[in-house]
Amino acid sequence: MRDISMQRVNETRENILNIIKSPVLTHEQKVASMANAADSLLEVLDLPEGLDELMNVPLDRKCICDLNEGHAPLRPRYIIPDYAKFMRDGCSFLQLPPPADLYEALNYLLIFYKHVPSVTNFPVYLGQLDTLLEPFVQEVDDATAKKLLRGFLLHVERTILDSFSHADIGPVPTRAGRLLLEVEAELQHEVPNLTLKYEEGVTDDDFAILAVKAALRAAKPSFANHRMFVQELGEDYVIASCYNGLPLGGGSYTLCRLILGNIAKRADGIEDFKSNQLPYVMDIMARYMDARVRFEVEQSGFFENNFLAREGFIHRERFTAMFGLVGLAECVNILLEKEGRPGRFGHDEYATELGESIIKQINEFNEQHQSPYCEVTGGHYLLHAQVGLSDDQNISPGTRIPIGEEPDEMIDHLLVINHFHKYFPSGTGDIFPIDVTVHQNPEYVLDIVKGSFRKELRYLSFYEKNSDVIRITGYLVKRSEIEKLRKGQNVIHDTTALGMGAVTNGRVLERKVR
Amino acid sequence: MVATVNKIIPFSIVDGPGNRTAIFLQGCNLNCLYCHNPETRAKCIHCGACVSSCPTGALSLENKLLYYDPAKCAGCDTCIRVCPHDSSPKTADMTADEVWQAVQKQIPFIRGITVSGGECTLYPEFLTELFTMAQAHGLSTLIDSNGTLDFEHCPDLLAVTDGVMLDIKAFDCEEHKRVTGWDNRIVLKNARFLASEGKLYEVRTVISPGLFDAERTIMQTAVLLRPYLSIRPIRYKLISYRPMGVRMQYADTLQTPTGGQMDYYAGLLADGGFKDIIIT
Repeated sequence: MRDISMQRVNETRENILNIIKSPVLTHEQKVASMANAADSLLEVLDLPEGLDELMNVPLDRKCICDLNEGHAPLRPRYIIPDYAKFMRDGCSFLQLPPPADLYEALNYLLIFYKHVPSVTNFPVYLGQLDTLLEPFVQEVDDATAKKLLRGFLLHVERTILDSFSHADIGPVPTRAGRLLLEVEAELQHEVPNLTLKYEEGVTDDDFAILAVKAALRAAKPSFANHRMFVQELGEDYVIASCYNGLPLGGGSYTLCRLILGNIAKRADGIEDFKSNQLPYVMDIMARYMDARVRFEVEQSGFFENNFLAREGFIHRERFTAMFGLVGLAECVNILLEKEGRPGRFGHDEYATELGESIIKQINEFNEQHQSPYCEVTGGHYLLHAQVGLSDDQNISPGTRIPIGEEPDEMIDHLLVINHFHKYFPSGTGDIFPIDVTVHQNPEYVLDIVKGSFRKELRYLSFYEKNSDVIRITGYLVKRSEIEKLRKGQNVIHDTTALGMGAVTNGRVLERKVR
Repeated sequence: MVATVNKIIPFSIVDGPGNRTAIFLQGCNLNCLYCHNPETRAKCIHCGACVSSCPTGALSLENKLLYYDPAKCAGCDTCIRVCPHDSSPKTADMTADEVWQAVQKQIPFIRGITVSGGECTLYPEFLTELFTMAQAHGLSTLIDSNGTLDFEHCPDLLAVTDGVMLDIKAFDCEEHKRVTGWDNRIVLKNARFLASEGKLYEVRTVISPGLFDAERTIMQTAVLLRPYLSIRPIRYKLISYRPMGVRMQYADTLQTPTGGQMDYYAGLLADGGFKDIIIT
């Protein structure tokens, strides 16, 4: 382990003391923040040369960001346990037999969740809840099942204190899925995040409309293009955290992101950006990710010792990692300006072409780069359109059109983003607030989903424009909770603070209503 | 065939089931007091009254013809407010083929198209041509109409029309004249005929207390249509009068109903056998 300066030690001690004294952080938030502060003192990774001046610099120059994963990753960032195995076999570490009925199934899942680590210290994946629970709901009537599900979901929302926690349903309609949608629409909780894997012809319209109605009241579920995900990741994929497509029984070691706008600032034009600046930064980020992955697999001991791996709920061979990016819009606009060309990202055919050529180049780089321990995805990372951080300023999520610059017509918006979704198997997505008149015509939303998935769109989210619970970037927050936090009150979910930042810095409440 | 188009809304939530492209044609033969888009009533007569009021210079008069430049338009609608003829300088004469080109862009995101107005049945051949193309591409076709065109005499149009959304503005003929300036014999004939053909998708009545006897209109319409509900369910949309967009001289004299009144009327329809009732 490399030495660090006494000055840095003292700065960290000061930071820890501030965390302890914070009037706003809850106890759990303080403990998590202090652990991150302690971890920041370690220097064990084999860092590529040049990383420091791309990553540890002020925000307006930062080209690579590791999303505060820490200096010595003690576990993969996203862990996707095979909960079906748990239902089948129970868990010897937790001393739980297979559940015998719905009461036990829900109770055992809640126990299990408390032992699934991640970058947030909360489980980012809660399982394919419809198929997990379908055998058990057969034994009870609707009213009993809903009462139990309400209790289960209430427990989830009040103990998983972070909305980067995701459950899946679909594509096949089930009774458990229907009951879950009805209860979610009624509860309007921030946690968990929820996705309907949708495939036209497999997911029937009645079930899909129930999902739309829930989404308009509770900002969930989102809709994932099942056909597309299966083609890329196989049947055993899940949607976790924000909207991340990942292998079941595995997960993602790490996620780092290119800040494309800041890379564009380094270039003197399109040619320099594509030939020099982008390849230089991509290469350093890929090697930094390689170092993180190697530490987790070769040194952390996680895969040898954690019960999830030891009992086969996860398999090291089913892990990959996510090669992320943000700010394509700003990147394209900066490059157009440097070239003296008119046009803005989202409004101009040339801007769309330039944007797609940049994403293609990143995709080609990733397919060339040999990533360690990523057998499940052919020895390469998966591209990820990252949703941003709360303190991002002038950085649009992934490949999204900036809020405030959306095309007047939704059709033009969809046709632009249709160029980009296909490149991101580990996640991308766009969000649309919908006018209140939609409650009388939820088929409007379903038609848009169907059309989008016949084209090449991957993942769409909707909420009614006046909904209290809204999708910030990839996670859910209640406006009323943001207001509490603004007034200096404690709030239960740590994502509320992120939401407040995104509302201020990312203008999330100003999205164009469709 | 050519029609004068007021506007095309690529994705519309409120013009029929699902996501539809809505096409609004210019010109109307009725003069409803509560009309909320009176700028669709008449065709532009190129008088030029709007030209000087345009803040962005999008309008000009050349050789006695009005020109509109969409690229310069800021969408403030000042021209519509100052038009003395219930028209708009922003309309365009388009062939059915040109309108179809504009619709095609939305495929596969839409399930159908709805043509409204104005009164779109002033252009029956245009509708037939447009709907034939739409249906050939799997899109459903709806007409939003005041019911003054006798559909029984338009078999070609009806053959390519999936449904009609019909206004019954008042059941009593004299009341209908007071609200719209026209009698309603053809409207009611259409209601029966379309319902019997399974082509009546929706009936709408705008409620403004004091303007006409809404209870009587709703009760009588329910009695008229009840025998046909087994052929195809008919949606009844009860629309609260709102002053937004209504011409100043009428807006002040018309009343907005209470929520309780609307619920009462919806109850009458439910008792009359209607299952799909919407209040807006």
